[in-house]
Amino acid sequence: MAILEARALNKHFGGLHVTNNVDLALEPGEIHCLIGPNGAGKSTLFRLILGEHSPSSGQILFGGEDITKLKSYRRIRRGMSVKFQVPGIFKALSVRQNLEIAMQHHYPPAALHAEIDRLLDFLKLEGEAKQLAGNLSHGQKQWLEIGMAISLKPRLLLLDEPTAGMSPEETHATGIMIQRLNADGMTVLAVEHDMAFVRQVAQKVTVLHLGQVFAQGSIDEIVADERVAAIYLGHAPEAAHA
Amino acid sequence: MNALTRFFGRLEGPQTIGRGPGFWIGFLVVLAGACLYPQFSDGYTVGNTVYFFTWVFMALGLSLIWGYGGSLSFGQTAFFGIAGYSYGILTINFGAAYGFTLVAVVLAVAIAALFAVLLGYFLFFGRISGVFLGIVTLSITLVLERFMAQTAGPEWHIGKARLNGFNGMSNMPPLTIPWPGGDIVLFPDVQLYYVVLALLVLVYLALRILVNSSFGNVLVAIRENPERAEMLGYDIRKYQLGAFVIGAALAGLSGVLYTTWGQYITPSSMGMTAAALPIVWVAVGGRSDITSTLIGTLVVLSAFQALTIHGSQYALVVMGVLLVLTVLIAPRGLILSGASLIGRLFGKRRGDA
Repeated sequence: MAILEARALNKHFGGLHVTNNVDLALEPGEIHCLIGPNGAGKSTLFRLILGEHSPSSGQILFGGEDITKLKSYRRIRRGMSVKFQVPGIFKALSVRQNLEIAMQHHYPPAALHAEIDRLLDFLKLEGEAKQLAGNLSHGQKQWLEIGMAISLKPRLLLLDEPTAGMSPEETHATGIMIQRLNADGMTVLAVEHDMAFVRQVAQKVTVLHLGQVFAQGSIDEIVADERVAAIYLGHAPEAAHA
Repeated sequence: MNALTRFFGRLEGPQTIGRGPGFWIGFLVVLAGACLYPQFSDGYTVGNTVYFFTWVFMALGLSLIWGYGGSLSFGQTAFFGIAGYSYGILTINFGAAYGFTLVAVVLAVAIAALFAVLLGYFLFFGRISGVFLGIVTLSITLVLERFMAQTAGPEWHIGKARLNGFNGMSNMPPLTIPWPGGDIVLFPDVQLYYVVLALLVLVYLALRILVNSSFGNVLVAIRENPERAEMLGYDIRKYQLGAFVIGAALAGLSGVLYTTWGQYITPSSMGMTAAALPIVWVAVGGRSDITSTLIGTLVVLSAFQALTIHGSQYALVVMGVLLVLTVLIAPRGLILSGASLIGRLFGKRRGDA
């Protein structure tokens, strides 16, 4: 059974059809990348999955359960977690406090700080625990937020351009981090522009174009698909068929 | 001993300045000074200090809602007025016998809190935030002021209590504690002083525990980044509502204490000027910390009173200038900026040694 399923999902903003009849299924344990040119509707699809937008029509299932009408925080409590594109951290608070806020209800008080230390090690932020989160480097902010997202021990991790603004080395290290999490059983859905990163981690790739699922397959199949190359260069064929 | 350490541990944390034995010794010294001070002063000055203290509860409540939670409520005076009038209506009708004034205090604060639950539900569950929250809350306090201002006629009464329009409601009984061998009337100012001081210490310590708890953690998280807080699985509306109701109850406590202190409450206590002043106290002291809010409020209130000798309009202009200067020069607040500067200097010295 798919862990996440979108069925005939539609979202209009006025006359603008941003998400157009999208069907998407994520198998448990896979790393699935969502790519597509700017304006393809990737972010909107993400917000629909998270419950920040409600769909005009269609259904979203999580673990077989209909979550279309659930509020965001309830979806999180059922085992979703997200890392935003712009680092969504608590800038005026210390790195440790950022993680404490994420984890305080998931561990007994006695075990909390040992768990935070373990996560700080994993994120290579052990020297920055007392630092204000706003003073971290860009890459460290991204990692801190990934840390907050994974500290909830989600079944499904949503990543919106997790490597935006990172150096190639940081991007690679992030890829390894995501693969380690995936090896522990976490399903990952990532929106990503960096094709090197997609090549590194993706087990399955979905291409969105004009709000529709344009192509789907392994990274090699997608790269070999001339229609995909065409939409990235701006010469989309008239009839888009998945 | 262990329980005591744990208790003190809960009073400290990243959300409050001041920690360790040094701070708490200082706290006890100040408290001892506050306890002894009426012995060396006259009744009028002590009464005036009670007047200052009564406002601090409202300031602390605003610090919680605005400084910690990030929602600017411009209408704390609405809860102040509701509780003040409620106390008047209750005690004028039912008198002060059998310790009823104490019941009336609790009821009046509860009425203000209940109103905050109702209002806050629509505000926060309707996802109203930022400047709109300020506009709505300000409108509500102004509407209440206008409404009470037109109740001068004899037809406006609740039981025996005349609302009295702009002349205000007066002659409610002062706080009275039933005591074997004669009730203690908390009107000669010294007794009232000790009760209000005790309440202030209690509320201050309780708020320290609250803001350093997991509730306080979520509250500052909402201030910093509401979307992230929600995406960690928190129903942020509940936390915002919780802080709003606690803050409103504290504003209500201010209103009741003010009313018992002066045996008087008027619509202008909910007016524009009254609504704006708490913002000045809290912003100038340092809204994101309850200690600096407390000190700042007392300092600004004393300065304000000293200035009104030269005319109250003039004093208000100075308050406005003070607010603008604070926002421009020390947006975190003068007391808080000063405290962290001292903390840094000491920290550096310790680091060198």
